[in-house]
Amino acid sequence: MASYTMRDPTAETSAVLRERRPPPAVLAGKRVALLSISKERSDEFMDALEPLIQAAGVETIRFKKPTHTKPAPEAILQGIVEQADLVIEALAD
Amino acid sequence: MRFVAIVKEDCPTCRLAVPALAEMRAAGLALDVVTQDNPAFPDSLAPRHDADLLESHRLGVEIVPTVVAYDDGGAETARIYGWNTAEWRALSGLSGLGAGLPANMPGCGALNVMPGVVERLALAAGEINLHSREIAVADDADPHEVAYDRGWTDGLPVIPPTDLRIARMLTGTKREPDAVVGLIPPNLSPLTVEKAAVNAVMAGCRPEYMPLLLGAIETALEPEFAMHGLLCTLAFSGPMIIANGPVRRRIGMNSCGNALGQGNRANATIGRAFQLIIRNVGGGRPQEIDRAILGHPGKYTFCFAEDESDPEWQPLAQARGVPAGKSGVTMFHADGVTGFVDQQSRTPDELCRSLGMQLWSVNHPRLARWANAVLVLSPNHYDVFKAAGWGRAEVEAGLIQALKRPVETKLRGYDGHPLGITPEQAEMYADADGMIDKFHPGGLYVVRAGGPGGLMSAVIAGWTGGRNNAEVRPVTRALTEE
Repeated sequence: MASYTMRDPTAETSAVLRERRPPPAVLAGKRVALLSISKERSDEFMDALEPLIQAAGVETIRFKKPTHTKPAPEAILQGIVEQADLVIEALAD
Repeated sequence: MRFVAIVKEDCPTCRLAVPALAEMRAAGLALDVVTQDNPAFPDSLAPRHDADLLESHRLGVEIVPTVVAYDDGGAETARIYGWNTAEWRALSGLSGLGAGLPANMPGCGALNVMPGVVERLALAAGEINLHSREIAVADDADPHEVAYDRGWTDGLPVIPPTDLRIARMLTGTKREPDAVVGLIPPNLSPLTVEKAAVNAVMAGCRPEYMPLLLGAIETALEPEFAMHGLLCTLAFSGPMIIANGPVRRRIGMNSCGNALGQGNRANATIGRAFQLIIRNVGGGRPQEIDRAILGHPGKYTFCFAEDESDPEWQPLAQARGVPAGKSGVTMFHADGVTGFVDQQSRTPDELCRSLGMQLWSVNHPRLARWANAVLVLSPNHYDVFKAAGWGRAEVEAGLIQALKRPVETKLRGYDGHPLGITPEQAEMYADADGMIDKFHPGGLYVVRAGGPGGLMSAVIAGWTGGRNNAEVRPVTRALTEE
């Protein structure tokens, strides 16, 4: 029996870790979302990356956050979920 | 009719009143005597010992002796405290009560209202109900180690947040414990006043710091402050709190010598509590979503007050819209402190030009319109301006002028170096004379702080996120609770 108690300073959301989805066995036929976070040269990085992915026969679709200083708006997240199977989020400076 | 008398032996007035209480008993009145200290005081009246002081607390006793009268239905009809012959006679209905006693003698403080006791009793009486999850500490475990193990700390020891400490912290604010202050990023978890108090306890705050802490949180949650971006940035910056107005003196903040350093409890713990809330409630932890490459020591705590001792200097909060006489808080995205040492400038022009050289180094001397900055002007540097009749407006205007540079010297590729602004930025920002400013309009914040004895001031560079000045700005707000 503990005689000393404290209170939890956290949001108490200590929750259950979600399992990651397994990576796809093959990329063929998948569509990859390329999400620019709108930092300087994000687009440049995506422009370089996109042909490499397409050369491997994988379709791409571009998304872009309005600003890198804030989280992506719900509409963009939903758009990715609806239209893509995988996502590459690019950081660049 | 029934009476309850609360006494303590340590009180001379209670001892004085014992014969009167005995007279009431002898007259056949229904009188319970409740003693707060010596269980046997007074011997002759078979007292009941209020060992845990809960009976006194529930009765709301503040002074002993207190005598409460009840009607036959158990409702309180009257109460008196201290000794006053006329009042005791009126209450008891005994016209000769206390003959020979002095006419009046004030009582003493009751034990249940001694400092530190009230909150313990309020908890025991169920008047304060804490809702945060209770964490049991095994008898052989050290609460400090439990706090570390659970990931609650910034790496330094924390004060274990016990119910009693939290209850005392909550006395520092008029807000209800379950009121929500805001949603704390990155997880957007609701911060209740109680949760803020738990973290304030851990940081080492005193209860009276709560209004400034809660005000700082509310200010940082304004969308234009972009707290989410700040806490997860790669850059150095963290939240910095600048306090203005009466709150500074009320809670004993330091705006003088070593104002940006260690040693003052309010400065140290308010900034720390803020960061613990980001960590614990928001989930913003280093090497997780806080992606800082290096960070800086101010991310433990960064909070100070402006020196408002010279009425000729307009305080920062007033310059940013907080009415005079009101407390205000400014939240700034701060890198570390860079010392500015100039013992030679004797005129405002010399000093502005000198400061301009230093201020151009914010983030990088070739980056323009890239970050905001705070200039902390020390008393001896301020004297240079003041002697020439300069106040805030003149200092700010002088600095803006001293910070203009030919735009071509900031371009990428200038002088054979790749770093700099783009031609598009140069086009956007250059003025008609081909000059560019270091900061966006309003991006330089001048505050006064520090001790005398040396011509040294400080530049606090801002976050690179400040280059997007339409979205990311320091924010100043009046405290909602003085």
